[in-house]
Amino acid sequence: MDIIIEGIKQAVALLFNLDHEVLTITWLSLKVSGTATLISLFIGISCGMTVALTEFPGRRLVISLINTGMGLPPVVVGLFVTVFLWRNGPFGFLEILYTPTAMVIAQAIIATPIVTGISLAAVQHLPKNLRLQILSLGATRLQMVWILAKEARLPLLAAVMAGFGGVISEVGASIMVGGNIKGYSRVLTTATVMETGKGNFDIAMALGIIPLLLSFLINSLLTYIQQREHPR
Amino acid sequence: MKRYRHLGWIVALAVALMVVFGATSYAAAPEQKNLILATTTSTQDTGLLDELLPIFEKQTGYFVKTIAVGSGQAMTMGQKGEADVLLVHSPDAEKKFMTEGFGVNRMLVMHNDFIIIGPASDPAGIKGVKSAVEAFKKIAAAGALFMSRGDNSGTHSKEKGVWKAAGINPEGQKFYQQTGLGMGQTLAVAAEKKAYTLADRGTYLALQKNLGLPILAQGDAILLNIYHVIQVNPAKWPKVNAVGAKAFADFMVAKKTQAFIKTFGVKKYGSPLFFPDAGKKDAELGL
Repeated sequence: MDIIIEGIKQAVALLFNLDHEVLTITWLSLKVSGTATLISLFIGISCGMTVALTEFPGRRLVISLINTGMGLPPVVVGLFVTVFLWRNGPFGFLEILYTPTAMVIAQAIIATPIVTGISLAAVQHLPKNLRLQILSLGATRLQMVWILAKEARLPLLAAVMAGFGGVISEVGASIMVGGNIKGYSRVLTTATVMETGKGNFDIAMALGIIPLLLSFLINSLLTYIQQREHPR
Repeated sequence: MKRYRHLGWIVALAVALMVVFGATSYAAAPEQKNLILATTTSTQDTGLLDELLPIFEKQTGYFVKTIAVGSGQAMTMGQKGEADVLLVHSPDAEKKFMTEGFGVNRMLVMHNDFIIIGPASDPAGIKGVKSAVEAFKKIAAAGALFMSRGDNSGTHSKEKGVWKAAGINPEGQKFYQQTGLGMGQTLAVAAEKKAYTLADRGTYLALQKNLGLPILAQGDAILLNIYHVIQVNPAKWPKVNAVGAKAFADFMVAKKTQAFIKTFGVKKYGSPLFFPDAGKKDAELGL
């Protein structure tokens, strides 16, 4: 029990004293996970909408694959990304293993199926006739996609939250491809693992509480945007 | 409706900023500036590297990427050319690594020792036993819970060596459990389960406050824990940063660094965590 109270106290102290190292770590976490989420939004929403709006052979298989991808274990992604980025691996020439860039790539791979799956479901759940109606009003295909996206914006925001929540809390891939290098690729989750390993449970707890707070703040903001309009 | 058109622009702008900003801040330093150091968890968990690396980086301008894993994994990284320099403590595996030609210029850096720790109640009665082999035999005979690292680390291979010397195969036996974790976490598990374990003194001293597991047996020559620095052979892997590796190896055995190692931890834990050994021969340590 002591350790829990101590952890919360430490978290508050670390945040309010604006401890330089904690701020750096927190900022990097936001930067890496934010960039990864943005990338996954581009790929995920476009793929999700494409699959939702087109008919092609093997479509069901593709959807099953996307849905499977939503549960992609981060460590597995980490392992694959590591092997691909090894100096002597196929993408070794990029020399980005153990950099924040590698972490962004791994996290984007984790978040993309989540965003794809949710946007796919979001667009599929729009009334079928809406599409016909929009087209019959003379909209081009691109305009139709834009209007549908706007119609589905509430679940699409949910996709943003799920994607971001998935990657900011992820540790397995980040530690493998980032290496938890001090002042460079150390993020909140990897620092938590390391402090636990060192037996500094109070600091580990404190570092664990920060992403919770961050997630809460960001999700509150998104929820505010999402719920600002009257629910239909 | 209009609001959302703005939102689109804002998102686009944010993305553009992120990309520009990301590209500049993520750009890796020039190739030869990066140095990958694969090492054991003990050097990181004790905080030694956190103190030494900034000095090295300032002196030389290299950027060290420390990957703290077990000695076994560190050497595998060296074998694959995925690390430039190793700081490890698994002498037998190191010798194999060297004879197979994966490393060059293996140098003695420092030592401390392994200790056998366990619950204060000491159900196997090993307290004060001088021989580590004897102590392990007693633990096995008593069937007292023993936590092994089980991760091919230097500590794990030392532990396997002691079991072998005791003529016991603990694998699969009821009293023997493997965590597969680093030293710090294994100590925490042992503390929680009131189990015996083999630990390096450095990590133990650094974590002692949370454990409540006293040292029960120590001082046997077989328990010496010796750290070497090895440069990965650039002839095998041309991409290895050989110059940086040499600079790091030289730094580790430099007088100033050795003096630093000698006093590291004294203030905090009352005794040094490591004893500098640069320039000595293996034989002087009784190897």
